[in-house]
Parts: sequence; C-alpha cells; structure tokens
Amino acid sequence: MTPSELQSQPQNFDNQGFSAFRDQLREPEWLRVARADAWQTFLSLDWPSRKSEEWMRSDLRAFKLDQFHMPRPTAVVDHEHGAGIPHWLDEGVELAGGIATVDGVCVASRLSDRWSQRGVLLGDLSEMASDAEAIVRKYLFGIVRPEQDRFSALHAATFSGGHFVYVPRGVCLDQPIHLSVGMTDGGTDTGHTLIVIESGAEATVLHESNSCSASAKGLHLGAVEIVVKPGGHLRYVNLQDWGRSVWHFAHQRATVDRDASLQWTIAALGSRFAQVSQKVSLVGPGADCQVNGVLFTQDQQQLTYNTLQHHEAPSCRSDFLYKAALQDKSRTVWRGMIEVDPLAQRTDGYQRNDNLLLSEHARSDSIPGLEIQADDVRCTHGSTSGKIDEELIFYAQSRGFTRKEAARMIVTGFFQQIFDRITIDSVRDALGQAIARQVREYQ
Amino acid sequence: MTHVLKIENLHVSVEDKPILRGVNLTMRHGETHALMGPNGSGKSTLGLVIAGHPGYEVTQGSITLDDADLLEMEADGRARAGIFMAFQRPITIPGVKMADFLRHAATNVRRPDRKEGEELIPMREFRKELKDKMEQLRMDPEFARRYVNDGFSGGEMKRAEILQLAMLQPKFAILDETDSGLDADAVRLASASIAEIGREKMGLLIITHHDKLLEHNPPQYTHVMLGGRIVETGGVELAHELYSQGYERIRAAYPEAERANQEMLNEELADASLASE
Repeated sequence: MTPSELQSQPQNFDNQGFSAFRDQLREPEWLRVARADAWQTFLSLDWPSRKSEEWMRSDLRAFKLDQFHMPRPTAVVDHEHGAGIPHWLDEGVELAGGIATVDGVCVASRLSDRWSQRGVLLGDLSEMASDAEAIVRKYLFGIVRPEQDRFSALHAATFSGGHFVYVPRGVCLDQPIHLSVGMTDGGTDTGHTLIVIESGAEATVLHESNSCSASAKGLHLGAVEIVVKPGGHLRYVNLQDWGRSVWHFAHQRATVDRDASLQWTIAALGSRFAQVSQKVSLVGPGADCQVNGVLFTQDQQQLTYNTLQHHEAPSCRSDFLYKAALQDKSRTVWRGMIEVDPLAQRTDGYQRNDNLLLSEHARSDSIPGLEIQADDVRCTHGSTSGKIDEELIFYAQSRGFTRKEAARMIVTGFFQQIFDRITIDSVRDALGQAIARQVREYQ
Repeated sequence: MTHVLKIENLHVSVEDKPILRGVNLTMRHGETHALMGPNGSGKSTLGLVIAGHPGYEVTQGSITLDDADLLEMEADGRARAGIFMAFQRPITIPGVKMADFLRHAATNVRRPDRKEGEELIPMREFRKELKDKMEQLRMDPEFARRYVNDGFSGGEMKRAEILQLAMLQPKFAILDETDSGLDADAVRLASASIAEIGREKMGLLIITHHDKLLEHNPPQYTHVMLGGRIVETGGVELAHELYSQGYERIRAAYPEAERANQEMLNEELADASLASE
C-alpha cells in the first residue's frame, strides 16, 4: 500500500494500527515518546473491574474495542460529512473564535485578530504541540494521568483533534470560544481539551459534542484539562449530546489557584453508556469552583459520574450541584466526594445530587461522601430521589395543561435551579430546548 | 345562554369505598352556592371530582356543563370547558414561575382548541393583564416572579389561587376552603377580592366551615353535606345557622347519613393520602 492508501484505511486498536496512526502525526519527539509510553501502559493494564468503587455499578461486558477503529488524523475529511452534525451553543452568539472537529479531525479553526493580537492561542492540540511547543508541553497531561486506568492510557496514546485554548495574563475575553466536536455514525473521537487561563485572565468556553444522528454509534475516549491561574476566571460549558449508541469515557480535571474561579456546567443527554471521572482541585487560597450538572436520560442509557472536589488550600469554596431526570429504563450513578486536606482550613464545601424518576423502571444511585482532615471546615452534602408527583400533574391539568405539557413544565422546573445559575442565554436556551424535545408523555 | 353545571345522582368511590352517595346539585352562571358540612362529609371530594382528580372512581351518575359530559374529560379538558377549582392545599411547583405558569394556563383555557407547541398569549399583553389583576387584588408584583406556591405562606397561597381564578375567568369555580388558615383580615380581603373579580360573571361553589367568606359573597343557596349526600338545601340563613349553631340539628335529623359520615371519617384516618377535608 502507498502511504496515502494506508492513511485512508481505518486502523484497528492494535500495535500496527497504533504505529500507523502515530506515524501520520507530525509531532515533536517528546510527544511521540509520550504516546508510545501510554500505548505500553494501555497494553499492560486490564479493563477496569467492578471491584473498584468507580466502576462498581458499570457493566462493560457489551463494550468491544474491536468494533471501533483508530481516529484518522490526517485523512481528508469530507466537509459534507461534518455539515449534518448539529451544534447549539453558538446560536446567536458573537464568538471570539472556535474549532470544529469531526471524528477527531479538525475541519475548521478560527480566532479573531482582535484576540490573536493579544496573545490568545486557539487551535488543534496536535498542531499546537509544534506551534506552541513549550507551553503545550508544560501543561499537557499535567493533571490527567495516562496511567489512571486503561481508558486514560488509550486516550493518551491516541488522542486526536483536540483543542488548545490559552489566554495570557490579564487578557479578558469578552466573547466566548466555541468548541464543536462531531462524530459520524460508527466514528471514534479521542479529543483532548486543554485550557489554560493565566493570572487575571478571563474566558468563556462553550464545548459541545454531537453525533450526526440521534441513534448513531461511536466511541469517545476523551479528556479535559483545565488550569486556572491566580485571579483567573473561566466559565466552561460542556454539553454531551452524542447519539444514543455511543460509548463515552472521559477523564476531566481542573486546578483552580488563588482567588481564581471556575464555573463548570455539564449537560449530559447523549450516549448509551458514559463513565466520567471529574476532579477539581482547589490549590490556592480563595479559589472557587461551582459545578452545575444536568443529566437527562432515556431508553437504556447509563450515565455514571464520579466527582471529586479536592480542597488542598485554605479558604476555598466548592459547590457541586448535579440534577438528573430519568425516563424509560435509564440509569444514572453519581458518586461524589469532598476531600479536605489537613492544610485546607476554612473550607466551604457543598455537594448535592437530586434525581427525578420519570418512569417506574428508571433507577438512580447517589453516593455522596466526605473525607475531611481539617477541623475548621463547613462541608454539607445531600441527595434526593423521587418520582414525579401525580398531584402536581393534576394541579397543572386543572389549570388547563395537558399531561405532557405538565410533565415538561415539571421537568423544566426541576432543572430551573441550575438554569438560574447559568448566566449564558444561549446555553440556557439550548439546554431548555433539548430537554423539552425529549420529554415523553408519562402515564 | 345561561351556563348550567349539573350534577345528578353522583356516586364516587376510592378503592371500592363509597365517599359520595348520590349527590344532586344544579348551578347556574351568576349564582353563588355555599357547600357546608362537617369533616369527612365529602365536600372536598365533590370539588375534586368535578375538577377531574384521577384518584376517584365515579360509579354512578353524571356531571355535565351545558351539553358537555365532564366525566368524559380529563382535568385539563374540564379546565378548558370552564371549570376551575381553588385548592384547599395548593401544590408547589418548584422552579416554575407564577407568571409563566399562568401565561400557559390562560392560553390553554382561553383557546380550548390550542395544540401543544402553538404560540402562547403574547408576553407583553399577558404581563400587562397580570399586573392589572395583581394591582386590583393588592398583590406585590414580585409574586409573579416567584415559583408557584414555593415558600408561600398560607395566606399567600390562597391569594395566589384567587389570582389564578381572576386570570382564568372560568364559567364555574369551586373554592375549597379558601378561607381556612387565614386570619380575619385575610379572609375579608379574600372575600372582597372574589366579589371584585366578578362573581356575577361565573357560578361559584364555596366550600367553607365559616360564614366569613360568604359576607361579601352571600349565597343564594346553602347546601349541607353529610355522609356523602346533600341532605338539606336552604338560603343564606341556613349558612348562618350552621355557622352559629353547628351541625347538631343536621346530625340528629339524618341519622343514616350521620352513620355514613362517621364511617368515612374512620376510613379517612386509615388512608390519609386522599383525605382532603
């Protein structure tokens, strides 16, 4: 085969496939080595077992890696292919710039001159590893550890079509950056998102993942790394609306430094199976992190979120609120942990998970946890699970709402507490509409 | 045409236990009826059955509004046909603003043929109307932005029900103990509000223990319920009699209904979920 023929062939997740994949990338040597190391780690590890707490409620038996292929980083992607993939978060929004990828291949990248002149960097991660080598090398896989499990190792070996967002010291982006990640039916996305907000800088990043159709198959092996330096502020929105047959494995990490803040909104609507490990470390005094999670599931979806809010420094605040509404036979698992180090006095930690069960057959597991080693802290947690109240439906019906309108209103109201915390109109609208589209008629 | 709400020989059960045992009641548009009776007599049940609560089984009889058979309709159909019930214990809807709730409700009730997803009443027009009504009822405009009945005091809930009544302008309204839990001033205000929003424009069925609510809304008819039946009907003087002298005379005059009433009271203690009185 000629090299170009080789490139157009889908490669399996095996040694030959990995070599072919890596050879197509024109990356610096340190990154080639890092990928090779991660590949060896992948080969040496087993898939996570249900003995570990994070995977206890996750059933991987139906997951077969050989049903998927490696991303094809340099393959020419048919732009028509990407054209049918929806995006929601940039609706009516004046953007600073954006990146679009399809199956791990960058199809569009744009940053307005106004911001590039001020030193903002935005681009395909693999390319930026050459173009902004020193800075990418400094942060890449700084907080997501390839060796954490077999999925993180495979991701670190094969990541493709990721994003690098860098906002230099003191630069305040007053327009959002939009990251649109698309997947074709049966495609693979191994995107890695790396966001660095330097001291006193500010940005809003809208990140969304969509398939070409609601029923699409696929594989996502992803990671997010967010670094917010002292006095920096980031609003980060992550909407996951993959097709209903996509496997989604993600490691998401953030560090928030002194007097910096991170507002992280997560909306998970898609995929058949999602296993997300999310960790935020508060590493400097006065750091603040708010996480707003919206999960809306149906059919036989299972979404698992393991969240950790790690207080490493004193006087930090963390506030995690996850709300899930479940219909059909879907299932959510939320396992939250607040960890407070001995140094982290005057910690203010909060975590909460509320679940609304819209069907007899839906199931939610909620496992809050605290590990506190400091003595001057305020940590609270709580969780609720309940069915939709028939008396509420009747009350609304007695005011002229149809049963379906009543259910939709109640579900929207259930999420309102989170919507009230989201200050970006396009995000609120997109989420509200996505939820309204999917609400069924409950009997 | 004068609208007529007609209840004939209505028998209602919950889990095969009879609660209403042959209720007959005819109301015309513009009339005010008081429905009184001791605890457990079935007053609230009657209200909920008219409104279409799915927890009750109608085993016999009919409820019609003009020519329409209400028993064929779900609660939303009845609301669109012109029935309104002010709840004794209004339900909280977390995260849904009063104004949004009422805008949707008013649209559906005023345009009974509206399909799901069709346009609501224009926001500006609706806001103005709501503001006017709230001023008329001397309510704080902030009310519209609060979540439906969420964190409302007892008095606020009842006033919110009256506001809904004012906005939805039904043909017939059932007020289930709209005066309970209110102090004397609040009852007077509620009562005046009901009169103000135009009781002559609707038929009113006022379920009450007291006669205060009737002060501004003197009933043409007073019905006494006992043991799931209306055992006596009179004028406004009957309401005053019952209020000042209680139900002793009634209980003595209708021993069979009184027995049924005692049975129902005992049953309701066993099943508190539907105990609405």
